Amino acid sequence: MQISMTVNGDKVTREVEPRVLLVHFIRENLGLTGTHWGCDTSNCGTCVVLMDGQPVKSCTVLAAMADGHDIRTVEGLAAGGTLDPVQQGFMEEHGLQCGFCTPGMMLSARALLDRNPHPDDTEIRQAISGQICRCTGYATIVRSVQWAAAHPPGWDTGADAETDDGAAGGAIAEEVTA
Amino acid sequence: MQIPAPFDYERASDVANALALLERHGPESRIIAGGHSLLPMMKLRLARPEWLIDINDLTELEFIRREGDQLRVGALTRHTALLESADVAGLFPIIRDAEQVIADPVVRNRGTIGGSLCQADPAEDLSTVCDVLRAQAVIRGPDGERMVAMSDFHRGPYETAVAQNELLYEVRFTIRPRSGSAYEKVERRVGDWAIVAAGAAVGLSSDGTVEEAAIGLTAVGLDGTVPEAEAVLRGQQPHEDLFVEAARIAAAACHPVDDQRGPVDYKRHLADELTRRVLRRACARAAGAQEG
Repeated sequence: MQISMTVNGDKVTREVEPRVLLVHFIRENLGLTGTHWGCDTSNCGTCVVLMDGQPVKSCTVLAAMADGHDIRTVEGLAAGGTLDPVQQGFMEEHGLQCGFCTPGMMLSARALLDRNPHPDDTEIRQAISGQICRCTGYATIVRSVQWAAAHPPGWDTGADAETDDGAAGGAIAEEVTA
Repeated sequence: MQIPAPFDYERASDVANALALLERHGPESRIIAGGHSLLPMMKLRLARPEWLIDINDLTELEFIRREGDQLRVGALTRHTALLESADVAGLFPIIRDAEQVIADPVVRNRGTIGGSLCQADPAEDLSTVCDVLRAQAVIRGPDGERMVAMSDFHRGPYETAVAQNELLYEVRFTIRPRSGSAYEKVERRVGDWAIVAAGAAVGLSSDGTVEEAAIGLTAVGLDGTVPEAEAVLRGQQPHEDLFVEAARIAAAACHPVDDQRGPVDYKRHLADELTRRVLRRACARAAGAQEG
C-alpha cells in the first residue's frame, strides 16, 4: 500500500507492506537511523518519535497508521545547524554515555518542554518513565532537560521568536553579567 | 526482529463504515485502535488477523461528556485524556488512580479505554475499575445499539460480549452523590502489569452509612466484584474493622496463580492489604465528596 506522511518537515511517500512498523519504516525506508530500535515490546522507549507532537513508541505503531500524520525524529531536532536546547542540554550535563536511549529521551523531553516549559524534577521523571537508560544516567538526563528548560530556543542570541522583544535572552544575559 | 504476519489494512472513515468493514471482511478481521495490546500479540503470533480495521480517525468516538447523572466516555478516548480530565478526577478518582499506573506516559498517548476493555487481559486495570463503578458498555452492531452491564461484558480472559461484527462505542458511568472510589496497584516496575491491584467504590447515605459498596481485584483470577465482601460494609458506618473483614473475604475469594510476578501467598497478602487501603481511601473520599 502507498503511504504518505511528513517527516521532519518533508513530505515522504513510499510503498510499504501493511505490517511494516513505523520504526522500521523510518530506519530502513527513509534511512533515518537516529531513531533506535530496541526491545520491540514498547518497554524501552528508545524508538520514541513525535507523532503530531506527541511521543509514541514507533515499534508499536504501524507505518500505515502514521499515514497522513506529522512525524518528528531526532534528526528533526536541530534546525539550520543549531542544536535544539535539549540536545545542547544533553551535551552540557552529560545526559548520555552509550547513547542508545538518547534519541527517545530527547524527543520525550522536547514534547514535555513544548507542553510545560518549566517542569520540575518529578514531571521530568514522569515524562521519561516509559524509557530505560541502562547506563543508569537518569540523574544527568533530568539535569539535561532542566538545562534545556533554562535555555529556551534563542537564549544566547536574544532572538527568541516567542517573546515580544527578545527579553528572555536579554534577561539571562543580564543575570550572567550581574 | 518481531514483525506481525502479513495482513491487509483498511482505515474506517466512521462508525458505520467500521461496522461495514467488519461485516465485509468477516471473522478474520480485527479492530485496531491504540494497538498497544494487539500489535504485541500479533508480533508473537498470539493473534493473527487477516484484516486490520484502523479506527484511529473516528474522532466521534473520542469524548468525555457529562450528561445528567452519567459520565459518558467514548471508546477511543486515550488513557492520557482520561488521566487529564478534571471531570474524571472529580467524579471518579479511581479512574485517575488507575490511569497513573497504566503502562507509561508514552503508551498512554496511544492506548484507549475501549482497547483495554476489549482486549480483556486478566491483569488489565480498567476492567476492574469499570466493574467496581458498575459501568455500562454501549455496543454498536449491524442491528443497532445495545447496553451491556460490565458484569456481563467480561466473558473470561480475552473474551468479551462484543461480537465479531460489533464495536464498543462508549462506556457510561453513573454519577452518585456522596460517593468515593480508589485504586491501588503493586507492580514490579513502572509500566508493568499488576502483580495484584485492588479497586473499591462506595456510596454513603446522608447519615454517613455505606449504601453501596463494590470491591474488585486485578490479576488474581476474579470474575467481577466480591459481593460477600461488599455485604460486610453495606448499612454500616465506615470503620477500620469492617475494612479488615471485607479485605479478608476478598483475599480468600480470589484465585491467584504462582508465576514470575510472585507466589500465591504473596499475592493473597497483597489482595488483602490493597483492599483495606482502597476501602479506606474510597470512604474518606466519599465523606469529603460534594452533595450531588
